[in-house]
Amino acid sequence: MSDLLKVSSSPHVRAKDDTSRIMLYVILALMPTYVFGVINFGLRALLLVGVCIISCVLSEFLFEKAVGKKSTVGDLSAVVTGLLLALNLPHTLPIWQAVIGSVFAIVVVKMLFGGLGQNFMNPALGGRVFLLISFATTMTNFEFDGVAGPTPLAALKTGETVNTLDMLIGRTGGTIGETSALCILVGAIFLILVGVIDLVIPGVYIVSFAIFIILFGGHGFDTGYLVAHLCGGGLMLGAFFMATDYVTSPITPLGKVIFGICLGVLTGLFRIFGNSAEGVSYAIIFSNLLVPLIERVTVPRAFGVVKEKKVREVKANE
Amino acid sequence: MGLRTFKGGVHPYEGKELSKEKPVKELKPQGEMVYPLSQHIGAPAKECVAVGDTVLRGQKIAEAGGFVSAPIFSSVSGTVKAIEPRRVATGDMVNSIVISNDEKFLEVGFEPCEDYTKLTSDEIIKKIQEAGIVGMGGAGFPTHVKLSPNNPEKIEYIIANCAECEPYLTSDYRSMVEEPEKLITGMKIILQLFPKAKGLLGIEDNKSDVIASMQELVSNEPRIEVVPLLTKYPQGGERQLIKACTGREINSKMLPADAGCIVDNVATINAIYTAIVEGKPVMDRIFTLTGDAVMEPRNYRICIGTSCKEILEAAGGYVREPKKVISGGPMMGFAVMDVDFPTTKTTGALLCLSEDEVSKYETTACINCGRCVEACPENLIPSRLSKFSDHGDKEQFETWYGLECIECGSCSFACPARKPLAQSIKTMKKLVLADKRKK
Repeated sequence: MSDLLKVSSSPHVRAKDDTSRIMLYVILALMPTYVFGVINFGLRALLLVGVCIISCVLSEFLFEKAVGKKSTVGDLSAVVTGLLLALNLPHTLPIWQAVIGSVFAIVVVKMLFGGLGQNFMNPALGGRVFLLISFATTMTNFEFDGVAGPTPLAALKTGETVNTLDMLIGRTGGTIGETSALCILVGAIFLILVGVIDLVIPGVYIVSFAIFIILFGGHGFDTGYLVAHLCGGGLMLGAFFMATDYVTSPITPLGKVIFGICLGVLTGLFRIFGNSAEGVSYAIIFSNLLVPLIERVTVPRAFGVVKEKKVREVKANE
Repeated sequence: MGLRTFKGGVHPYEGKELSKEKPVKELKPQGEMVYPLSQHIGAPAKECVAVGDTVLRGQKIAEAGGFVSAPIFSSVSGTVKAIEPRRVATGDMVNSIVISNDEKFLEVGFEPCEDYTKLTSDEIIKKIQEAGIVGMGGAGFPTHVKLSPNNPEKIEYIIANCAECEPYLTSDYRSMVEEPEKLITGMKIILQLFPKAKGLLGIEDNKSDVIASMQELVSNEPRIEVVPLLTKYPQGGERQLIKACTGREINSKMLPADAGCIVDNVATINAIYTAIVEGKPVMDRIFTLTGDAVMEPRNYRICIGTSCKEILEAAGGYVREPKKVISGGPMMGFAVMDVDFPTTKTTGALLCLSEDEVSKYETTACINCGRCVEACPENLIPSRLSKFSDHGDKEQFETWYGLECIECGSCSFACPARKPLAQSIKTMKKLVLADKRKK
């Protein structure tokens, strides 16, 4: 009985996709966006992307080393965080500020809460909002073609007209990765095709946001205004790449719909009635906080289980 | 008509091509035969032979231990060598009758039935009970109990589970190719018990040749219909099959009969045919020996009680070193530590794999991706249930419908973090059910 075979509980086969492959798909899906970002804003954008990725991976590695945990940088999630954070920064941001944002995103938002899968807030957005509050001036300094100016959304807010075609392609000012709706959509379609994300959260988000804008935007059903709002700011990037973050979105099917509606309404609220022209980052991290509550009230009915209303009525009558 | 199916499920590598094309080969055992007394759900059978007795093939060696139980028959002629605990596929030690095989295969006299249509329902059920027929797809539920529902007139569908959704297994397929008339006649016998019922043959579309040949065969049978099903695991799960064939849903607290259905798999229906028409009890079954580690993967007609080791040796043994050997299919089968265990009425396959995928992967953190949710055919949230299980939170486990799990393993299969979700849910389910029994 010396060479017994290995036993384990069924099933004995596994699907191919693992966590690092999913992360790799996300990185690939973001490729059009950061390549366009570099074309649009120059090599400084490339530098910033590199800095963020390296600081994110390094801070995860060092943190785990410091607390004596097994290194998890191989799952590539820190690379995704760094990349997304960089895409949410203006290309003019000082390097040291980008480093601080990365360290905050990984150490405070992600690792202190238990690492991958445990954070309650999207780390990249947590980092961005932290920077936005701390370094308001540099974080809102948007240069395009060497000229500082308002982003299309800010222009829209002050009542100016914007070129929606430029916004669709991305030839405007803004953060590195948010300007080109087209590139983001290409990546999103790729992610949907490989089965990493589905359309529920982004779809409901965008539709409910559009409805909010039509109802409360003050322009009624004005297509130009609507398209500008949809392509402007971080909406597309947020909807397809940040709101769909598995960890910080509900796992229940109905929960995903409710989450999408929350995002749409909050984004609309912040953009139309808020002080700033932007609203996506805040809407997403705010909705992240609601996830546990949303999940609790949206436990799906199991297959074949009938609602037990009648039983309760009988009990009440007793 | 489009292909019918259920919501959820997964698509594991099918591996059926390994054993699909080769005809079933007869295998006469030579070594000692072991008959565990508990190879069905319900009370263990009680031995009715003593050590030293001579037995014939087809002789009853153990009586049913109650209504929900089944008798056991010798599949060889020989002498009773011992009655002692032996290790079975699940790893448990089960009291078993050991018979030393004289290789003569002398049979008791069987009484064939010329015209089963003349039998009454009670006679048919009695014969099925006396033949020791149990669910041969793996569950092992005594068939006569299944065929005696409280309200027989409410049964509307008899569903033949011809899905064979477990990867690698092809025994049902081979039997449908080689002896389809057994299945059809067996179905007609069951339909005779339920005059209002319709017979449905639910077949996955990866067996399109069988769908076509069966459709041809039932074209003159007004009460039998072929239902082509989408190839997806676990299409052959009882609840999923009922959903796909009839659109009805049942939960863990219900029986198929509550939805007007009775589900039996191919091997079981064939056994009904053999018992009624040929008058023979359950002695043989078709067995898939497969996997990339096996010299000659194919289906064998084996005598129940033969050791898997003997089947493996008769088939030429291993072609490369196996890392994992599974009794049954890769999704729900039991990994065994040694191949020297007896085949029972419910042992349909031995799968020998040269690679153990499970130990190759390391478990990482759950990223809440929801693939387990998409995969779950029971509409559960496996990742959450597994968490409740880890935390020992029985209350939440039940609130999130943990007891509805059918243990199909789709969640573990799909999980990119390689978490053993099904395993922890199964464990918790056992604990919760044990608690309920205490109360």
